[in-house]
Amino acid sequence: MASNVQTGEKPITIREALSAALREEMLRDERVFLMGEEIGVWGGTYAVTRGFYDEFGPKRVRDTPISEMVIAGAAVGAAMAGLRPVAELMTINFAFVAFDAIVNHMAKVRYMFNGQFKVPMVIRTTTGGGKQLGATHSHSPEAVFAHFPGLYVAVPGTAYDAKGMLKAAIRDDNPVMFVEHSTMLQRRSAVPDDPDFVLPIGKSDIKREGRDVTIVTYSKGLEWSLAAADILAKDGIEAEIVDLRWLRPLDMETVFQSFKKTNRCVVVEESLPMFSVGSEVAAQLQDKMFDYMDAPVKRVNALDQPLPYASEIEMMALPDANKVVAAVKEVL
Amino acid sequence: MAGLNKTTLLDWYRQMVLIRRFEEKCAELYQQGKIGGFLHLYIGQEATGVGSVAALRPQDHAITAYRDHGLALARGLDPKAIMAEMLGKRTGVSGGKGGSMHLASRELNFWGGYGIVGGHLPLAAGIALKAKYNEEDEVVLCYMGDGATNIGYFHESLNLSAVWDLPVIWLVENNGYGMGTAVDRASGQVELHKRAVGYGMKDGGRVDGMDVIAVYEAISDAARYASKNGPVLMESMTYRFQGHSMGDPERYRSKEEVQRYAAGDPIGKFRQTLVEKYKDVAGELDKIEDAVVATVAEAVEYAENSPAPTYEDLVAHVYAD
Repeated sequence: MASNVQTGEKPITIREALSAALREEMLRDERVFLMGEEIGVWGGTYAVTRGFYDEFGPKRVRDTPISEMVIAGAAVGAAMAGLRPVAELMTINFAFVAFDAIVNHMAKVRYMFNGQFKVPMVIRTTTGGGKQLGATHSHSPEAVFAHFPGLYVAVPGTAYDAKGMLKAAIRDDNPVMFVEHSTMLQRRSAVPDDPDFVLPIGKSDIKREGRDVTIVTYSKGLEWSLAAADILAKDGIEAEIVDLRWLRPLDMETVFQSFKKTNRCVVVEESLPMFSVGSEVAAQLQDKMFDYMDAPVKRVNALDQPLPYASEIEMMALPDANKVVAAVKEVL
Repeated sequence: MAGLNKTTLLDWYRQMVLIRRFEEKCAELYQQGKIGGFLHLYIGQEATGVGSVAALRPQDHAITAYRDHGLALARGLDPKAIMAEMLGKRTGVSGGKGGSMHLASRELNFWGGYGIVGGHLPLAAGIALKAKYNEEDEVVLCYMGDGATNIGYFHESLNLSAVWDLPVIWLVENNGYGMGTAVDRASGQVELHKRAVGYGMKDGGRVDGMDVIAVYEAISDAARYASKNGPVLMESMTYRFQGHSMGDPERYRSKEEVQRYAAGDPIGKFRQTLVEKYKDVAGELDKIEDAVVATVAEAVEYAENSPAPTYEDLVAHVYAD
């Protein structure tokens, strides 16, 4: 089974894991504070920060106007000056509004001033479609942010990972885009309550071992892949699932080791197919693992188009376990 | 001029002349191909830069856009290291990785020049938040051109600073043009300081940006206000004698207009003030000018003899260790 055998006290939800991570880090370090839309009095639109305003007060739990450019940019300035902001962009769809601050300053002020400044900050945001929110509220563009050196991009898929990775992100001196999946917040797994439980940055995790095919995935893709692996197992096909957990740094070494064993790979992600995580993984496999390759790398993505409102057709556009099964059968 | 002694005023004069000579040399080096990329000269705006920086204490902060050489010099960055940056040398203030637009000194609380119009305004708010969060008596002076007042960053940053009572002076260096677009062709409200009302913040009014003492006094007042009460928006009326950047054909303004402003050159004006105030100061001013020429020559020599950055420099500082 997985390397991170879950030895925690009790199963908690991803929401509770995120909340615990934030709370523990705020108690640990006075410089850590939260800022974002509706995180305080409202309690967070996904309820991750419920109760924080009462516990920590308005200085450390800072409600902002609806102003994504300054949420991201002020966090950069505060981080350069020595605080450790955890800024929240309600959804990743709104991160496009803040794109300049993220790409030009969050990612680059350290480099362009030759290392004079550190930017120890986190932007937490939620990704994903499947909720009938229409074309502008259903993006999964985390790979876009992973395009830029200077940033780290976290994409946890379990409560265990969410907690350990968020704590790592807050403690690190580099800027992190921390991307949670909006439809997975109720998923449970056992999580240590040790306040110093921190997972390494840029390390993927094998969530299921197998010999026949490597499924590379992250976030919601992990659920589809695990469900697909159960279906495949009934036919005697053993899929190995590599959960990337971080898109930057991207831990290809674990993928390569798995691929040397299985010689086949399917990449599963909710994002659009072009210029995607799947594109990158496939490119690196053909570059570094050509001699081990027994079949073309297949990608399971959303359809290459905007998402609609109506549930019947929205779900058609998104990946699911059956699509993963079909892709695996193509490479066997 | 209360409280301003001769030593201080002569030092301001030195700084203004240093900025002028330094940038004239930069233009020359640009023509020779020794400085690459963009080069945005501050010439004409020296009184605004020197007077405003003089109003800051060491613990205060300054941040600006890409027209940053003058402010970097005024804040006390070493001319040698600035010139080395201009020439892309590893001894430059940003290791040769920033260039003309990205001068900074963490030690001197000069938080840098930034190349995206308005992009540094939220950073200024964040730096001010640090001061407020830690209950430190510090003020952030955030410079911007008149053009920056029309980008979304301006609105979001000023509003947040007002909501959070952040100690920021938002200083518009109104030189009449955002690139080549005159203020009245770009802004419905041409008195840019009046936008303060819309944010519920202190309107610091306009100051004659060609008068170094007036700027010093206005920013000193604003700094006292900001440290106790929150943000101020003000406007320094100035003029750049050169184009927006090197190679600007300047079709948007007449030679006569430029000449009219040149007659009110802030350095000439300040020299006149000093000569009237201190008898026999002309000789001292001449000596200062000679010394500045030597400083610039030294800076160029240092920069030209400095090594280029290496591959190790190229790949360093993408991430913190």
